[in-house]
Formats: sequence, C-alpha cells, structure tokens
Amino acid sequence: MERIARLLANIVGPEYVSTASEERYFYARDPGLMPAHSPDYVVLPQSTKQIQQIIRLANQEKIPVVPMGAGLALTGLVIPLKGGIIVDMKRMNKILEVNEKARYALVEGGTSQGVLKSYLERHHPRLRHSVPDAPPTATIAANVSIHGQGRLTQQYGFNSDLVSGLEVVTGTGDVCRIGSCALSGSWFSKGAPMPDLSGMFLGWFGSTGIITKVAVKLYPKKNLRDVEIFVTDRAELVPDIVFEITHTEMAEDILVFTQPKPMMFKDNHHVSFYITGDTEEELEFKRKMIWHALDPFIKSKDGGFMGIPPIMKPVLLESPQRSASRLADVKKGGGFEYSGPIIMLEAYPECMKKLQDLAAKYDLAYSGMVRIIDCGHAAMFAFAFAFNRADADMMERTRNAIKEVSDFVLDIGGLHWKPTVNEQKLAIAHMDPNTRKLMEIIKANLDPNGIMNPGNWEVC
Amino acid sequence: MPKLQFDEKVCETCPTADCLVKCRFIDVDKDQAKAEMLRIARGEDSIVFDSCVTCYACEEYCKRGNHPFYLITEKREEKGLLTAPRAITTQWINIGEPQGKYKVGQIGKKVLSFGYMPELLDMAKGKLFEDLSPSFVFGQEFFCNVVYIHFANTSIIKKRLPMVMENFKKLGVEEVVCLHDECYGSFAHLAPAYGIEVPFKPIHYFDYLYERLQELKEQLRPLNIKVTYQRPCSSRLSSDKHRRVRQIMELIGAELVEREYQDENALCCGGIFAMLYGYDLANEVQTKNIEDMISHGAKYCVFNCPACQNTLGDKVAKKGIIPVHMIDLCKMAIGEKPLPEE
Ligand SMILES: Cc1cc2nc3c(=O)[nH]c(=O)nc-3n(C[C@H](O)[C@H](O)[C@H](O)COP(=O)(O)OP(=O)(O)OC[C@H]3O[C@@H](n4cnc5c(N)ncnc54)[C@H](O)[C@@H]3O)c2cc1C
Repeated sequence: MERIARLLANIVGPEYVSTASEERYFYARDPGLMPAHSPDYVVLPQSTKQIQQIIRLANQEKIPVVPMGAGLALTGLVIPLKGGIIVDMKRMNKILEVNEKARYALVEGGTSQGVLKSYLERHHPRLRHSVPDAPPTATIAANVSIHGQGRLTQQYGFNSDLVSGLEVVTGTGDVCRIGSCALSGSWFSKGAPMPDLSGMFLGWFGSTGIITKVAVKLYPKKNLRDVEIFVTDRAELVPDIVFEITHTEMAEDILVFTQPKPMMFKDNHHVSFYITGDTEEELEFKRKMIWHALDPFIKSKDGGFMGIPPIMKPVLLESPQRSASRLADVKKGGGFEYSGPIIMLEAYPECMKKLQDLAAKYDLAYSGMVRIIDCGHAAMFAFAFAFNRADADMMERTRNAIKEVSDFVLDIGGLHWKPTVNEQKLAIAHMDPNTRKLMEIIKANLDPNGIMNPGNWEVC
Repeated sequence: MPKLQFDEKVCETCPTADCLVKCRFIDVDKDQAKAEMLRIARGEDSIVFDSCVTCYACEEYCKRGNHPFYLITEKREEKGLLTAPRAITTQWINIGEPQGKYKVGQIGKKVLSFGYMPELLDMAKGKLFEDLSPSFVFGQEFFCNVVYIHFANTSIIKKRLPMVMENFKKLGVEEVVCLHDECYGSFAHLAPAYGIEVPFKPIHYFDYLYERLQELKEQLRPLNIKVTYQRPCSSRLSSDKHRRVRQIMELIGAELVEREYQDENALCCGGIFAMLYGYDLANEVQTKNIEDMISHGAKYCVFNCPACQNTLGDKVAKKGIIPVHMIDLCKMAIGEKPLPEE
C-alpha cells in the first residue's frame, strides 16, 4: 500500500494523496442508503496528465479507480465497491473558455455547478447553463455522466444532451477528444456531423473513463423570471395539463410535485412552471398564453391556478432550489433518498399511487417530484423519502421502499436513473442481448482490465 | 347546524332590487332582479349562478340586511354548483384546518386578532399597538373562515365558526380588535346572519386606528401624499366601517384621490377571480382598476387586506404606484416608519 501511495504522490504531490483512515472513512460513503466501502487511496489530481498517469499506474497494478465529483448522486455511484483509488476531481475546477456567440462554456472535469453559475452571472450575464437542483458543489462532468437534468431540461433535453464536447482519459489511459474539438480548437458540437462518440462516456458513471474537460451549451438568460402553479386533484389529468403547457412552447422548467405536508399541499397535484422574459410584456405574454391553454381545466373545475404566497415565491425561484435539500431534514437526522426513474409522463398516476402506497406500507414521509424532460418526451419521477440516520429501522424501511420502486420501474416500462448497482444489474438482465453485447464491446475495449469504477455497468 | 336567516318577503317587497341591479357582473332590470332572487330563494335555477363571480358586493347593495350573497352561496352549495376548481377549494380548506399550532399572547380582556394572516404579525407593533400588542391571538383556531363563501362552501364555515367562537370564549376575552377586515366581517355580519353567537364585541381595526391616531395627535405629521384605497371584498360585509378610510386619511394628511372605482363602485383585487375563473376576468378587472388609479394621479395604493396586497402590490408597483398597508401608512404618519419615496 505504501508503495502505491508513494507512486501516487510522485504523480500528484504528497499533499494530495491520502491513506489516512479518517479520509478513507469519509470517502467510503455517500449521503444515501448504500453500505459504505472504504477506498485504499484518495488522490486529488490537478491535470489531465496526472489523471492519465494515475490510470496507467492503476492498470499496471490492477487497482480500481473511482472518479468522484461532489459525491451527491446518492445512489452509491462513488462508493469504491472494490476499494482502490478515489480520484477526487475538485482541484480541476477551472473555467477554460466561454464562447458568447456560439454559446458554450468549456470547463475542467471537477468544476462545480456553482462555480460556473457565478462565473456566468459575473462575466456573461446574458448566458446561463442548465443548473440542476443538487447542492451547488455538484460537478458538471459528473452530472452529465449520469444524465442529470436541470432548469433547462424541459426546453432542451437531459443535461447530457447539452454537452458540446469532451476530453476524456479512457480506462486504457489514452487522452481522447470527442466532438468538434477533436478536429479544431472549437467545442461547439459533441458529435454531429461526425459519429457521436460521447455515448461511450455519458451515462457510464466513469466506468469507461474520466472526463477531464467538458463543454456545455449555454442559453439565453432573460432579465425576468416568474413561476406559476396549476393545481389539480386528478392525477390522471397531469399528463394532459403538461401536454397543454408544453404545446405553448412558452415555459422554461416544468415540475410536478405532490406531498402531504405542509397541509396546503395535501391531496393535490401541483404543476409548477417557470416563465422568463426580458421585459414585463414578454413575461406577461407567456403567462397569458399558458393560462389560456389551461382554461378548459379551469372551466371544468378540474384544476386552477393557486395564489403563491409571497414567502414561497423566492424559494421557488431559487436555482438551485434549496427546498429540495430541506426534505432531507423532515424527519430530522438528515437522511434523504430518492429513486428517480425516467418514465413516460402517462405513467404519472401509476407512479403517484405506488409512491403513496409505499409511504403507507413502510410508514415513511414522502414527496413525489417530476421534472419534465424535453417538451414532455420523458419525465423524471422522484420517489423521495426522508429518514432519520439515527433510526436504523426507518433506514431499513426506506431501503425496502426504494427496492420496491426498482422493480416497479421496469414493470411500467421506465428506466432507472443514476441506478444503484442492483438496479444496473436488473437493467442488464432485462436488456436486449445485442444491446448488452454492444455495451460489452465498448467496456472491454475502453477498460480492458475492469479497473474503472468496478461494480458499475459490469456487462463483461 | 347554524341556519341562514333569510326572509323571502323582504325581497318580494324590495323597492329597488339593488342587490342585482347594481351588480357589475349581471345585467338585469329591477323586475328580473327580484324574480331571480326569488327563484334562488325557492331553490330554482337562476342566471345568477352562472354570472356571480363572488365579489360580495350585493351584501352591501342590499340595504335591507337580507344577505343575498349568502343565499346565493347556500343555494350553489345545495345544488353542487362549484365556483372554484375542486383542487383550489381543497387547498384552502386544508390551509384553514386547525392544527393546534395557534399562538396566543398575554391574553387580556381586549385582544388583537391576526386571524390567520402571518403578514399581520410583524405589522401590529410599535406605538399604535403598544398597550394592546402583548394580548393577541393568531392561527387557524381563530381564523374567521369567511373566505369559503368564495368557494360556495358554507358548510365548512358553519362547522368551524362555532368552534372559533368557543376558542375565544375559553380565553374569556370581551373585545376583539380584528386586524383582518374579513374577520370583522365574519364576527359582526356573517355570524349574526347565521344566528351564531359571538361571545365578545368585535372591533374593526379602522376604528381602533382612528381612535389611537387621535390619542397620538401630537405626533402626527401630515403625509401630503395622494393615495388611493384598494377596497377588499370583505369590506362589503362591514360597509359601515368604510367611511373610516376617508376619516383616517384626513387625519394623517393623505389626499384620497377621487376616482371611478371607489366606495360602492370599487373593484376587487382580482386574486380570487384568477383562482376561480382564470386569466381574463382577473386581468380585465386589475387592468381597469390600476389604470383608474394612475389616471387619477394616485401615488400610493393603500391596502386594507394583506391578501389584496399580495395580489395587487407588485402590479401597482410596476406601474409606479407604491403599495402600502393601512397600518404601515399610519405608522408613517406618526414618524415611526419612513415614507417610501415616490
Ligand atoms: C438535494 C438534491 C437535489 C438534487 N437535484 C438534482 C437535480 O435537480 N438534477 C440532477 O441531475 N441531479 C440532482 N441531484 C443528484 C446529484 O446530486 C446530481 O446529479 C449531481 O450533479 C451529481 O454530481 P456529483 O459531482 O455530486 O456526482 P458524484 O456523485 O460525485 O458522481 C456521480 C457519478 O459520476 C462519476 N463521475 C464523477 N466525476 C466524473 C468525471 N469527471 N468523469 C467521469 N465520471 C465521473 C462518478 O464516479 C459517479 O459514478 C440532486 C441531489 C440532491 C442531494
């Protein structure tokens, strides 16, 4: 162990390697429910070259390598299941380029959402990226590598769809550029008009390589932003309501939430949508279009717009929205886990019922939250439960509820998002054999020694 | 169950049928107005059920105290005619559900009631309230529940209001100063209309402010500003207190601009209209109202009800009119708060 630690220190400098038990304790877990497992080494590299050297060393020594951003994916994806080296990306946090006219930002592989957001606010106030509601320390590269979703996902797709170029170090230790940046110095496209190779890394949870640079598309940031909430008591109408809103093409983000507490939210489904505008006139026009689109529901008394209390508005308009983290403390003791399958929105009523049944069965505090993806082509349905970490029984009940969600998702034709290792196994088992074969070919070639985040996407 | 005290004969012999003749949302002459009210009273169908937007104004137009709006509401409920989307009604009923989370201060014989309006908790401080403020009640347990007449749901009022009265009774209070206009309307108007016993004397906060300002006369400095007043729907339940607006303005040196939509002809804030009927009605009413304020030179818009202020405050501000609550305006007049610059 000492020998490897010394070799790692030669690469990144001794102050950026640790084998200390307290560090390993910390890096052995995430804030979710998965059992902890300790790494042997923690390293914090600062350059692509250092990452390349780490992976080469790991290949020689057959040591697992687990890239880590902020460790906030919650489903155990950064827990080093087979020990080895945690590559903490936090030092690689530079913003390398912002191209205003082509609207993209190129950042290093450990850059956080918060850093890019505040940089854009300061230097490019008319541009924004798709900010997820994760705490701002969450990293951009990790978020796209798990197909995350953010504030612009309803309009433009998964955050991984908004990638416009990658630099990766593959599991073989090769540095590889993907997209327009492979031919020129520009990072405007991740594939088209050439073969799109980004799919060999996006969605793989670091099991094919480590993203060292990522370019993400930026979009117009308007001066004004507002939020409205349409409420219905009929779950089966939610897909229709969202269909009408998306048809107007006027909304930014669209979220649906249902929760029993506080009382004002009990027994209803809330479709919240955001509108933006450079002027009051633009904002009001969009508001009016959407309100009009929902008139039939108001007339039939099946739904209506709620008045948003003034104290609630700033909370809803925050980006990222901190209230998402507050659920974690509903039961005191700071535990929070959600399974967020990607579904077709027509499954909303079924999912909602399942969530409520599970909450009742396991006696858990719950919240259901949906983010509409890409004009309604899909949706992320978060089955979220809060638990008290000091209450082992409650944790076990939460684990059981989440496990039931895993099975249920496949039954209704959904896909697990940022799946746990068990969910990945389920997905692999259900997969078309030729698809699996293709994944095997990719994995075997990009990570022949199986050292990259082992346990994840183990198709070989 | 409390029962509405409505007398059909009062309508039959009504010389004006002002309740509907004056209604801005229904176009009928005196004879038809009378006929419609009688149809409603007899449980028949009426065009009123389609057109009434729940502005409460007919409760003021009826000078014979026969409660036309409560009747319309009762009959709508009986017939299952919804005014609001079901989900909105459910939400409001849930909001008002007593949960044992009420707050009471050092209760004296006279108390301040904040109803269930958190905005008022911070407002009722300082010299205007110094003697009274330790003695207060706040929470769903003291919430007047009148708002449910917008939702054609009087059952919930009839169920909850007697419990609210019980809660006050248990405290042994003799006088309740209602900081929310609607609470006063409930205790002084709706409860008697339903024969619900009110175990204390309700006092409208306009009366309280007027008296208090006179006590603090020495400290009063004329504000010298042009204001308009946004009359809430609930003020139709206590129209005898509406005169106080003018009197308070005179006392604090604020000029109440004369405009079209004032007093009996006032327009709602539109908040409830948006929830019940969608964009167009609310937008039409709000646009007319704000344009009227602007064209008559108002620089400040004075609110009585915090809910109206939440609905209309931003909208008037965007048009250059400063929104301010009546209590805050009085604080400005005694130098306790700075006057926001025009
Ligand atoms: C309160 C809360 C709200 C959330 N809301 C959202 C939301 O709105 N949208 C959303 O998408 N997510 C959300 N999340 C989930 C998650 O936090 C985010 O997706 C976040 O972006 C993950 O980033 P991270 O840096 O924490 O990833 P990590 O957990 O560190 O890593 C995730 C995966 O990526 C791999 N990885 C990390 N860095 C690299 C790299 N450079 N190259 C290759 N692989 C890498 C890791 O090995 C792991 O498999 C939320 C989480 C919480 C706690």
